[in-house]
Amino acid sequence: MRVGIVCPYTWDVPGGVQQHIRDLAEALTGLGHHVSVITPADDDADLPPYVVSAGRAVPVPYNGSVARLAFGFLSAARVRRWINEGGFDVLHVHEPAAPSLGVLACWAADGPIVGTFHASYTRSRALSVAAPILQSALEKITGRIAVSEAARTTLVEHLGGDAVLIPNGVATERYAMADPLPGWPGRDRNAAEGGALGFLGRMDEPRKGLQVLLRAFEILGPARPGLRLLLAGPGDADDVLERVSPELRDRVVILGLVSEEDKIRAYHSVDVFVAPNTGGESFGIVLAEAMSAGAPILASDIEAFDRVLAGGRAGVLFPVGDHEALAAAAGELLDDPARRKQLSAEAREAVRAFDWSSVARDVVRVYETVSFGGAGVVESGAEG
Amino acid sequence: MYDWIMDVLFWLAVVFLVGVYVSWRATRLDRLHVRVETARAALDAALVRRAAAALELAASRLLDPATSLVLATAAHEARTADAENREFAESDLSRALRVVFDQPDFESTLTAAGEAAKEVLAEVSTAAAKVAYARRFYNDAVAQTRIARRKPLIRVLPLAGRAPLPGFFEIDDDPPAI
Repeated sequence: MRVGIVCPYTWDVPGGVQQHIRDLAEALTGLGHHVSVITPADDDADLPPYVVSAGRAVPVPYNGSVARLAFGFLSAARVRRWINEGGFDVLHVHEPAAPSLGVLACWAADGPIVGTFHASYTRSRALSVAAPILQSALEKITGRIAVSEAARTTLVEHLGGDAVLIPNGVATERYAMADPLPGWPGRDRNAAEGGALGFLGRMDEPRKGLQVLLRAFEILGPARPGLRLLLAGPGDADDVLERVSPELRDRVVILGLVSEEDKIRAYHSVDVFVAPNTGGESFGIVLAEAMSAGAPILASDIEAFDRVLAGGRAGVLFPVGDHEALAAAAGELLDDPARRKQLSAEAREAVRAFDWSSVARDVVRVYETVSFGGAGVVESGAEG
Repeated sequence: MYDWIMDVLFWLAVVFLVGVYVSWRATRLDRLHVRVETARAALDAALVRRAAAALELAASRLLDPATSLVLATAAHEARTADAENREFAESDLSRALRVVFDQPDFESTLTAAGEAAKEVLAEVSTAAAKVAYARRFYNDAVAQTRIARRKPLIRVLPLAGRAPLPGFFEIDDDPPAI
């Protein structure tokens, strides 16, 4: 299939939507589809071969923050030409309600148009005010996708209608291989070393459950002299250390906020990755990342984790908030290298269901559904 | 002394602009109707394809005879139902597929039976997923068209022509878990 993807935000500025489009475009290409992406980009930006620039984006205040968006006659003309020359079977517009290339593309095209809605707000003034203006462009979208239940709710409340839910994928390959952090033996350690438990998440957010892990460490630490704790994520390190007994403090290593690269290395530095969340997770992206890295998982038994871990096959589940159960399960895992190895393999296998290739498969099903009849995308007439 | 000419020109301009606006609204409504029709055709195709895939699975000798019979009956009912019973019959097929796929070790047994079995299985699950997508898109188009048809301008002027008010298609379309 020939797919034209429209990215509303500047390509080389890091952002969730841009990352989503990059991963999706690469997964679609991997499945043998032809993909072209049009996006705002600076003139000297280094773009991958499948990306076309629609000109520079301008910073404008939008919806409570400053967004870099592309609009105006020049962008409109470039979008129109891209559609005209692309010969696409389907057009895929991301964040079509943003005043950027998405709206321009909807205006300029007729035919099968898929729209993916990323953002979720409880109430968006911008979207409420814009809805009537956008209506005629958004009406042209024949298949709507929401990336989360929250995004779907936002869409239904502000614009009416409905959307299918296709969550973001995990780029499992990016996490698969990495060296442990310096000073950490990683999972290939010899039996004499004490081992390590890992945690990643906001340290000051009770729902992430760090307090449960710290209490379990009070049980595990004294019994296992070499055991260390590796913590990463935003939050105040001193606050955390205050909650640890003084004799255990030098065995709690706090990385704080880490770069993407160090995060991956952290997953590879620990024997068991612990997700002690007490609730509030809808998917468990951190868990999926740790699984992609092949870390043996010990997670609280909340619904989202139970699903990601294939009902406990790809990781060990313990009762929510129960630090004694966590300590017991962690102890068993630390003593059983064969079991850890097996869990690591199971985790890598199970996380494939959330990989971008699975997401791309679902997105292709959407493309095939909306492009029924096979007329393809054409440049629209003079009317809007 | 040429005031009356200005007046005439002014009113001609007003009539022209109103005309452009009404025609733009009519185009939008027409586009929505086309969208509903296209979405409906895609939905019908998806439903037919799902029934065909279910029949193929039932006829494949991969299942035990009782399961085959359950599936074949449901698929046949879905394909032959009249407009009035269509939604019930399609819902029944969704339920039948889920019951069949929910059997213990169903997936592992079938994937062990060879490439052909895997293909049939993939065909059924793709077809079931597409029914769910196609129905969402159809109902989305219907919802937006119905909102547009309720607008005062559309109610006063006969812009919708003789196009009937489209109806939602409500079925249980939860796909079987694989």
